Amino acid sequence: MTLAPTSTTAHDNGPDAGPGSAPGPGADGRAGRLLRLLRRPLSLQGLLVGGAVVVVGYLAIVPLGYLVHDTFLSADGRGVSFGAFSRAYGGNSQSGEMMLNSLWFALGSAALALVLGTALAYVQVRTDTPFKGLFFAASLVPLIVPGILYATSWIFLGDPQSGLINSLVFKPLFGTSPVNIYSVWGMIWVQGLHLAPVAFLLMVAAFRAMDPSLEESAAMSGANRLTVLRRVTIPLLRPAMISAALLMFVQSLESFEVPGLLGLQNGIYVFTSRIYFVLRAYPVDYGAAGAYAIGLLLIAVLGVLLSSWLQRSSRNFQTVTGKAFRPRPVELGRARPLVGAGIILYFLLTVVLPVAVLVYASLLKYYAAPSSKTLSQMTLDNYRAVLDMPLAFTALKNSLIVGVGAATAVMILTAIVAWVVLRTKAPGRRLLDLLAFTPIVIPGLVLGLALAFVYLRMSLPIYGTLFILLISYCTRYLPYGMRYSSAAMAQMSPELEESAAVSGASWFQTFRRVLLPLMSGGILAGWVYILVVSFRELSSTILLYSPGKEVLSVLIWEQFENGQFTTLAALGVCMVVLLVVLVSIAYRLGARFGLQSDSAN
Amino acid sequence: MLTVESLKKSYDDTSARASKRRSGQGARVYAVGGVDFEVHDGELFTLLGPSGCGKTTTLRSVAGLERPTEGRVTLGGRVLFDAAQKINIHANQRGLGMVFQSYAIWPHMSVFKNVSFPLEVMPRAKRPARKEIEDLVGQALEVTELAAYAGRPATKLSGGQQQRLALARALVTRPELMLLDEPLSNLDAKLRESMRFELKRLQRELNLTAIYVTHDQSEALVMSNRIAVMNQGRIEQIGKPREIYTKPATRFVAEFIGTSNFMEGKVVSAGAGEVSVDTAHGRMVAHGVERIPAVGDPVLVSIRPECVDLSRERRGNVANEWSGTVLTRAFMGDVVDHIVGVGELEIRNRSNPTLSIPPGTEVHFSVAPDKVTLVPVD
Repeated sequence: MTLAPTSTTAHDNGPDAGPGSAPGPGADGRAGRLLRLLRRPLSLQGLLVGGAVVVVGYLAIVPLGYLVHDTFLSADGRGVSFGAFSRAYGGNSQSGEMMLNSLWFALGSAALALVLGTALAYVQVRTDTPFKGLFFAASLVPLIVPGILYATSWIFLGDPQSGLINSLVFKPLFGTSPVNIYSVWGMIWVQGLHLAPVAFLLMVAAFRAMDPSLEESAAMSGANRLTVLRRVTIPLLRPAMISAALLMFVQSLESFEVPGLLGLQNGIYVFTSRIYFVLRAYPVDYGAAGAYAIGLLLIAVLGVLLSSWLQRSSRNFQTVTGKAFRPRPVELGRARPLVGAGIILYFLLTVVLPVAVLVYASLLKYYAAPSSKTLSQMTLDNYRAVLDMPLAFTALKNSLIVGVGAATAVMILTAIVAWVVLRTKAPGRRLLDLLAFTPIVIPGLVLGLALAFVYLRMSLPIYGTLFILLISYCTRYLPYGMRYSSAAMAQMSPELEESAAVSGASWFQTFRRVLLPLMSGGILAGWVYILVVSFRELSSTILLYSPGKEVLSVLIWEQFENGQFTTLAALGVCMVVLLVVLVSIAYRLGARFGLQSDSAN
Repeated sequence: MLTVESLKKSYDDTSARASKRRSGQGARVYAVGGVDFEVHDGELFTLLGPSGCGKTTTLRSVAGLERPTEGRVTLGGRVLFDAAQKINIHANQRGLGMVFQSYAIWPHMSVFKNVSFPLEVMPRAKRPARKEIEDLVGQALEVTELAAYAGRPATKLSGGQQQRLALARALVTRPELMLLDEPLSNLDAKLRESMRFELKRLQRELNLTAIYVTHDQSEALVMSNRIAVMNQGRIEQIGKPREIYTKPATRFVAEFIGTSNFMEGKVVSAGAGEVSVDTAHGRMVAHGVERIPAVGDPVLVSIRPECVDLSRERRGNVANEWSGTVLTRAFMGDVVDHIVGVGELEIRNRSNPTLSIPPGTEVHFSVAPDKVTLVPVD
């Protein structure tokens, strides 16, 4: 997931005519084209395109509009007021500390993920390290272990009292319990490890795309390995690193699972957990929640602006092309076993341990460190409890309905939008592209809040149904769907469609007989990917679901709130198994169609 | 048969590339800036020019894939495009055949399906019966020598076969006009040579009318009945291959087609078919000049290297005989080039490789007056 070019055509500078342009025939050319578009509104093509534009605009703009409107609305319902902001940020709200925590958490997680991911990518692509396969197994973690389960696993491992690390390692050896997962450091650790595989995949792509002869020629010019790395490799990788860093930053900033599970315990608030807290308090202060949401959105947007400013000069060499040959990998020599051990350790720490502890916890009555007593009392009761839970099947069904619905709607919508953006000269297509990518900077919780603002006041019965979750997921995953659809469309030469047109095929015949069959692979892969990520969506769901309409991720959250950790673990294991199945389908499809599902959130 | 009148295409405002170019120059950029030509029945008409000269845009405007800003395109009696009357027949209604540079073979269809597609998408009233479609596809595959591959997936064909498949697909509906957009440029040199003759043979046998776009001058000379040389969105000259080569109308044409020696000069006398020009290095007499310039006019003298007669001895009894020194010699197998210095001027000669004169030798050369071309200076 490349974030920095916010849209497919972000490199273009827009239809800026500049001061020197003569007011020639172009001035009315645009109006003429618009008229022509309006004059034949009833063609199928026009209807589809118009419909897609309306839907995307509605999804991307309306919620934010309501959010801003309701936050600034004064108490008497007319006029602008900053009351919500003073309630949220003023006085004894401790918002200064909250903002510092947010930034510290997001920057720390992004840095940890980026350093780990880049180092792993370098070792994987450029050296003769052992266990090359393990890297990609580890990179699946964020897809199959949702953030809420990953954080739970680390509670099992890093709790000051019952955590395995303290009770099995530090207590017997040193007699102390120094590890406390309920701290900003703990949050950074969990979030950073969970994001590292995403950074890894992005950086692997960047390393692979880089022409190795650029580095070889630096070596031939007499630079040693360190100088090559510093003067050539890293500057060339800078664009990829900046966009990866931005993605990590935004995803950490909007993460609710980790701060919610680990931070609230000790009263460490970040923006997302603060919004959740405000909405759970009585009386509910929607204005203050909106003010926090706008603050969070502003920071995310600032991040995007900063990264595009940092990238302004690197545009020129972003298209370093790949070469067919691979350079001889760097020989690690004596360091090889050491690096190998490091890889194993990383794999154990980030994959095996969290999953194992989840399975272990799911077999216990009460969570406790392993001993002869706990091991002898292992039971499948938790799984029975899950099966007996009447909500479990409703939640699974709801998750499936919303996931399949969102995946289908998003892929159909984005196939059309990608066509409009990449293949037509329709006025405003760049804006459409931008709109479809906007949701990527909207944190899930902010979107949830904004949608609540919209549909609480709307007389249509949408709030309190599954439909509101569907709308939320469609909005959140629009950018991901766009990425799959436009990749599938961009791989296809426009001449394939043009030759169909010259052969006499109408627009619809071309779309149905040439375009769709050729795009189907990419669309299917995107469909499964959205289904997978829908299953663990929590941050917008948590504000929008209503009792009886729970989905799986909410059910897990409720177990956490009720302190039923062992049931949670059993539920989590079931979810991981389900996701493993879905992800392997996605990878099979992705491998077949050359697409990689390399993103997480 | 096909008439293109004052066709213009300027890049639309929404294209950022155009806006960048525009802000640099402060004016609208025309990809095609007023092009007129006619294609006759059974003719292979070539648009030839360097990349960016507007030849592909012109072709795509005829195809209906590009909407020209101004002008008129008619095929037979049918108006395909008319800016003034706001007529723009959609590409799928024009009934043309087109071969794309990338071939644009649909990878998800078999060879047969690729060729039958244009027939299958015809409106129900005009669509041939199943059996007839099979026959027509069979014939098209026959003439392109692909009949044996009908059942194969299209992606399993070699480059040359894909090229012929694209041709078969364009042929299958027997279009009035075929459009060929650099169809040979993706083939390797050997295959390209043989496909030139192959294409030409098909065009002649099936009596196809075609517009052929290429940047390769030798391809254009070999294949075309007539050539339009394009530069910067305009046609510089239209003519038969021999005319274009021997009587270039502009400096651009003389430079683009083959190689030429150029000298600037001034007309000193002009009579019936015989014109004398004084250059900085001597006098040149030209015979058979079609457009006689006035005395005193500046002209450009253009002489093809193979028209320069080089010898060690001075002959004295021939016209346009000059002297100089051999500067370099380049042996190219079938020919040998000598560069002769005359003062500041360098004259390229091309001869049979039996001639070989070492650099530094004093030489004499002459140019037959009917081989001297005068190009008007604009």
